[in-house]
Amino acid sequence: MKLIKQTGLILFLLGLTIFTGTIFTGSYNLTKSELDNYIQEKGYKSEIIKGQLQKAVVTKEPQNIFEFSSKVRTAFETSNTYYDNLIAKYDAEKNWDKKGEQYQYKIYGKPHTLSYELAKKAGTGFTKNKSSLAWLLTFGLGIIGALLFIIPNLVLLGKPGIKNDGIYLESATNRGWIAWLVLIYLVTFYLVLYFMPDYVVNWTYILDPISNFLNGGDASQWFVYGFLYCTIMLVMGVRMYIKYRHNKYQIVRTTSVLFFQIVFAFLIPEIMTSLNMPGYDFKNAFPLDYDFFFEWNLDSLRNSGGIGIFILVWGIVLTLIIVPVMVYFFGKRWYCSWVCGCGGLAETLGDPYRQHSNKSLNAWKLERWLIHSVLVFSLVMTLVTLYCYFSGAESFIGIKSQWIKDTYSFLIGAWFAGVIGTGFYPIFGNRVWCRFGCPLAAYLGLVQRFKSRFRITTNGGQCISCGNCSTYCEQGIDVRAYAQKGENIVRSSCVGCGVCSAVCPRGVLKLENGPEEGRINPTEILLGNDVDLMSLVNKK
Amino acid sequence: MQHIVIIGNGISGVTAARHIRKNSDHQLTIVSAENKYFFSRTALMYIYMGHLKFEHTQPYENWFWEKNNIDLKEGFVDNINTDKKVLNFTNGEQLSYDKLIIATGSKPNKFGWPGQDLDGVMGMYHKQDLEKLEKYAPNKDICKRAVIVGGGLIGIELAEMLRSRDIPVTFLVRESSFWNGVLPAQESEMINKHIKEHHIDLRLNTNLKEIKADENGKVKSIIIEETGEEIFCDVVGLTAGVTPNIDFIKQSDIETKRGVLVNRFLETNISDVYAIGDCAEQHKSIGQRRNIEAVWYTGRMMGETVAQTICGNKTEYKPGHWFNSAKFLDIEYQTYGWVFSEKSKGEHETYFQWQHPKENICITISYDKNTNRFLGINTFGIRMRHEIFDKWLTENQSVEYVLEYLADANFDPEFYKLHEAEIVAKFNLENNTSIQLKKKSWKRIFAKA
Repeated sequence: MKLIKQTGLILFLLGLTIFTGTIFTGSYNLTKSELDNYIQEKGYKSEIIKGQLQKAVVTKEPQNIFEFSSKVRTAFETSNTYYDNLIAKYDAEKNWDKKGEQYQYKIYGKPHTLSYELAKKAGTGFTKNKSSLAWLLTFGLGIIGALLFIIPNLVLLGKPGIKNDGIYLESATNRGWIAWLVLIYLVTFYLVLYFMPDYVVNWTYILDPISNFLNGGDASQWFVYGFLYCTIMLVMGVRMYIKYRHNKYQIVRTTSVLFFQIVFAFLIPEIMTSLNMPGYDFKNAFPLDYDFFFEWNLDSLRNSGGIGIFILVWGIVLTLIIVPVMVYFFGKRWYCSWVCGCGGLAETLGDPYRQHSNKSLNAWKLERWLIHSVLVFSLVMTLVTLYCYFSGAESFIGIKSQWIKDTYSFLIGAWFAGVIGTGFYPIFGNRVWCRFGCPLAAYLGLVQRFKSRFRITTNGGQCISCGNCSTYCEQGIDVRAYAQKGENIVRSSCVGCGVCSAVCPRGVLKLENGPEEGRINPTEILLGNDVDLMSLVNKK
Repeated sequence: MQHIVIIGNGISGVTAARHIRKNSDHQLTIVSAENKYFFSRTALMYIYMGHLKFEHTQPYENWFWEKNNIDLKEGFVDNINTDKKVLNFTNGEQLSYDKLIIATGSKPNKFGWPGQDLDGVMGMYHKQDLEKLEKYAPNKDICKRAVIVGGGLIGIELAEMLRSRDIPVTFLVRESSFWNGVLPAQESEMINKHIKEHHIDLRLNTNLKEIKADENGKVKSIIIEETGEEIFCDVVGLTAGVTPNIDFIKQSDIETKRGVLVNRFLETNISDVYAIGDCAEQHKSIGQRRNIEAVWYTGRMMGETVAQTICGNKTEYKPGHWFNSAKFLDIEYQTYGWVFSEKSKGEHETYFQWQHPKENICITISYDKNTNRFLGINTFGIRMRHEIFDKWLTENQSVEYVLEYLADANFDPEFYKLHEAEIVAKFNLENNTSIQLKKKSWKRIFAKA
């Protein structure tokens, strides 16, 4: 059994190495006509970029993606610098007509995006020509290896029950060097994915056949991310099924997050795209779906006929009615740990790291400041965007629409949710984003705290303050602080993952939806001690 | 404002301190020798098993004590001078008090076995025991076998700890079945089986004769009383119960027996000196409780009570209905009210029992065979609501009533398979009754008693 496990680990690492290594393979060359077509498509009027790009990419010399990317980005910048200088020159000469003319030659967008788009057309090599084999050697090996590593636990971990032996004795789960390596890999992955997509264009070739099958088009870096996301959740979901096989709540919940990720977040949008509809994740609620009210999305929905209008109405109803009503009946868990994609990854890939959330009072203070600030930020951004959309203005209350959207997308959308949110799993726990950053979680939390039937009931006087519940709370709630006082837990941040209840050795905690009355139950003396409470209160 | 000194920073002492602080501005000092900050002793096992780190066993952050104006004094009390109201420490320091609370807890029993103080022999009670275990049994290469002596709750926990590192364990139990002085046979046998499933070498009806040393004064083997068999081992865990930790009080004027004798107000024979928790011994037993109760919850309850008295609201210690819980490897156990084992149950007490055909799930309900009054329940592998059973015990409900409303009491996580219908069906069959199980009702569950 141990041998199978080790073989699995080796296969997995091999798959991961090949996957990472493919980045460095292949050559990127365009023919002159391909380039001309692209430039025409884009409507570039700059002669400089034409010449520069021709020099850079129309060549028979083999060049890898890094050389290619560097040349394309230089071309981009050379062209823009040239016209910027002209603009400055005419500006100094006060030649306004000439100055105004130059702007049409400028190239907008991001250099890495230009490079990605060209590279997607330019690439040749192993991943492009033999994408099925490449899939087997990367995804295939990774999946088989990971499963071989995980499935023997069915026997190795022994009988069903809590399986936390050794978590704080092993490097990977105790912030050791393995954890730091994983952090570096994940952070790098997100940085490249968000900011240097051209570097991983090879990964898109591996998935082109699958993408073509699903939506009729080639894979983008976002398709790669989505596919990888689902694959990781599935494989780590198997791990969850084995680890928590004694706990039906965990089994059902894991099945639910897997279903919503694969069907709602991945398959349905892809199929919609193949039917020429806007690809939409029907479970992704605003303000987590922060660009729902961006101009491009509203325009796209308005131009998509009946389905577009349906999505628009659905999106608004989801946030304003469905979300709070469901939180009232079931707590925010129905979304955060049963449906949400971010939550889904946290509950599968992130499960081995759940113990790292910070339980200190200071972390709780930081959490409340940060998450509510992000909620306000997202609402202000949306307000500005909508005002500008309908009024045609460029700014509102002194805030430029484009600026606030870009800032939010960069700081919150990319850095907080991705790079920090997932990249920091191995050191800061699996719910950094959900706890400190997610504006939807903040909104759900407010409803959960003040108007909900959900609570974690504390079982009278049974708590022995052992601390398992607090340690394994991914949201950093000091569950024990309530349990040992005999108080129910009604914290806004609780996502209802149910692990506190699972790890409790004394059967003290139960997630349940009951009447609002008595949900919050401060107690002076715990159950079991027959001190006459009324006389106690009266004497005070 | 008075100076209240508490010796011992376990659950009893710390609970007393917290409640005194809530209700007064007395000066408060907690004296401790084991560790400066309060930690949960019951969680020590999880540190060795790698579930927790030591810091996780501390229920309060370190700033808590200063913020609440509770002084923490590290030191070992050598003796108490009750005339001068002074504590003398082993290092010569002194501390005077106006009121003293003794909350020094327990220490593991040693019954005079030859070799009981050798290196590698330990209890599993103090933080220092954990450190010793980490030293003598860090892994299965250094500790090739461990022998545990004493089949109680700590013994089985120690076995679980060692097994988490794949260390072979021999478990010597004096009784004919695990914990059968407390558990009914059905449950005791289920635990025997479960212990063996975890590859623990369980030896029932077996006593320790002596512990043998190697040339360095470290454990080499143990000899079994009954057979003379020698078992080679590197660690011996002595887990044959605990006894009040009160040696330093014996020379003082404070009256002691096995523990510090207290009345129902937790007062000792000396005024302004109180004792709570494991080290306190009641003159007369309260209900069917023992005079000394070494249980987490009773320590906490005594702390809550003595704080009231010290803050001017003289309060009798009135523990309510008995309850407890434990975990035997993977099997959770809860009990509410009194269920005695076959050995010790009274003439009028009878059982209703149900056991799952395959899984480690079972219950025993004890009731009065003349009046059918419900006396208590043991549950294994099913969680039950404390509040509901507390209420039913107060209301003196019948066994039929308890079964009829059993669904209200279930506390298992959502989606768990429920067994109430099978349980009730079995009772109906055995007793020729026709109890209909009522559906769970939130209204009843949250109705105040």
